[in-house]
Amino acid sequence: MSQTVDPITDDLLRPVLRTSPRFWLTVAVLGLIVAAGAGAWIYQLYYGFGVTGIRWPIFWAVYVTNFVFWIGISHAGTLISAILRLMDAEWRRPVTRCAEAITVFALMIGGMFPIIHLGRPWHFFWLIPYPNQRGLWPNFRSPLVWDFLAITTYLIGSVLFLALPMIPDFALLRDRTTGWRRRVYGTLALGWRGTTIEWQRLETAMSIMAVVILPVAVSVHTIVSFDFSMAPVPMWHSTIFGPYFVAGAIFSGVAALILAMALLRRFLELGAYLRPLHFENLGKLLLLMSLVWSYFVFSERLTIWYGNDPAEMAVFRTTQEGSFAPLYWTMVVCNFIVPFALLAPKRTRTTISGCVAASVAVLVGMWLERFLIIVPSLGHKHLPYSWATYRPQPVEIVITIATFAAMTLFYVLFAKFVPIISIWELKVGRQPAPAAVDLDVRPEAMGVRR
Amino acid sequence: MAYKWGMAVDLDRCTGCEACVIACGAENNIPTVGPTEAARGRAMPWIRVERYWEGEFPDVRLKFRPVLCQQCDNAPCEPVCPTYASHHTEDGLNAQVYNRCIGTRYCANACPYTVRFFNFFNPTWDKPLHLQLNPDVSVREVGVAEKCTFCVQRINAAKTEARADGTNIKDGDLQTACAQSCPARAIVFGDLNDPDSEVSRLSRSPRGSLLLEEVGTKPKVTYLSRQSQA
Repeated sequence: MSQTVDPITDDLLRPVLRTSPRFWLTVAVLGLIVAAGAGAWIYQLYYGFGVTGIRWPIFWAVYVTNFVFWIGISHAGTLISAILRLMDAEWRRPVTRCAEAITVFALMIGGMFPIIHLGRPWHFFWLIPYPNQRGLWPNFRSPLVWDFLAITTYLIGSVLFLALPMIPDFALLRDRTTGWRRRVYGTLALGWRGTTIEWQRLETAMSIMAVVILPVAVSVHTIVSFDFSMAPVPMWHSTIFGPYFVAGAIFSGVAALILAMALLRRFLELGAYLRPLHFENLGKLLLLMSLVWSYFVFSERLTIWYGNDPAEMAVFRTTQEGSFAPLYWTMVVCNFIVPFALLAPKRTRTTISGCVAASVAVLVGMWLERFLIIVPSLGHKHLPYSWATYRPQPVEIVITIATFAAMTLFYVLFAKFVPIISIWELKVGRQPAPAAVDLDVRPEAMGVRR
Repeated sequence: MAYKWGMAVDLDRCTGCEACVIACGAENNIPTVGPTEAARGRAMPWIRVERYWEGEFPDVRLKFRPVLCQQCDNAPCEPVCPTYASHHTEDGLNAQVYNRCIGTRYCANACPYTVRFFNFFNPTWDKPLHLQLNPDVSVREVGVAEKCTFCVQRINAAKTEARADGTNIKDGDLQTACAQSCPARAIVFGDLNDPDSEVSRLSRSPRGSLLLEEVGTKPKVTYLSRQSQA
């Protein structure tokens, strides 16, 4: 197709330009699971919400758990990438795009759940403040409307944040491909030619987005936590929930990023780019977030125990020593003990398998954490007469599994369409001075042929 | 003068017979979900009689408490609804606009009394109950929330009638289905803005208390505590 300009370009374009049968097999299997999830939702729409395990008075359960979980995962990317960009951490370069892609796809999946969980999802657009003949507006006092606005803002912001640094790579692909692919990449490259003024504008736009996206990311998960803390439900109505949820979101997001990077490294043969150093650095961040998360949980639980409010103590007991205790202590093991044991000692932290094992535990633990915030509280509200418990039903389990398949599928397709490691950013990183961006990046150095 | 509908429930009089539950279901077209779904938490009793036991066997004391929507003045269900389906009327009722409800179930979670219900299926009635539906009350489709309305259809009918006569609704002219059917007259319904109404008088009773007053919902149902030791 074209001559070798640079091993980086060749290595990173290989997954895009060459397709193995394994790719099609993966897409087919994941696609089938996603189709099963779509089928499960149609089944739920046809037969009514009663096919789920939701009941009086536990009106939110697995779907809202998934919503909070996936919105949390979405904090992997944009937030981490923006912080690393602003701090100019050099090791970020191969990591940023993997991370930003997680954000966009996790938001798309998480954003579906408020619709899946609606009793009448065909009216979901009533949440949107759109002008209409009857002069009806959504209720701006409702945290669900804040949710809608925050998630939409975050999705648009993170799509821009992902798309901006892809432009030079689209231009590279435009020049490396033929036929319809060339036309598609050409359109996406927005006429990029690699002039100095274009590089300057790109850098400026990315700096602005990195600063803007940080408060948006923090606000999104704070608002998700407000869905709970604004209601007078025992152990929901808490002032700690905003920062606690943001910490948990970053925590699970870093874990998702480590896992995604390990899979990319393995299946796309990117071992030379995603090196143990990256895993170790992210492992340190995961350990830090594990400690922050544990601190929040400890503060929350100890305060409630001392406060000794009867309604809250009912929830406290059922999670600590009652029917939800097995899940609760699994969560503590997964979110605190396993990450601490694996990531505090240098011997295991510096291995990729150590970081991956800790990340898998954290993902399990954080899903359980979301579940344990929602269900035990609703099952133990103020009047003991209403106490109940909940069991997920097949339709909810299938839809939950399908979202994990959908996340993987989106990611596999994305890595097929776009170099999952930003080629130009990696190359800029090899230039000696920060000024390189303005001065020294000639189209030739980019591997872009005129 | 605006009305402020309220209720007083005398726990000393309540025998736990559940006539109110049946009357409410008949008046308000509440679907019967059957024993299986009821066991799975899908029944929708707008009013229920909670049973509690106090003490250790054999010194057990049985207590009943009918619980229905408390029509809070500071209702947690209202601000959380994203579509204003749950909103406050001029009479101080917590109204539910079924047509505007999209089924987030947020109101039902926020309600500390757990008196909001969700239609898990389209409504059905065992024969011949399907022949006795109340034409004044709309049936609710799958996916919407519903709750006690203080029999708002009766309130509106009485208001229309009173306006035609150029008067106000007189105390005792208007009753909810539960109050009407209570054989022990444990439930009294009326206008709290009328200081001479029976419900106002009972609400001022030293025996009176509000359910979960500490949550700060300002409910309009007063419970009169039990005096007898039986």
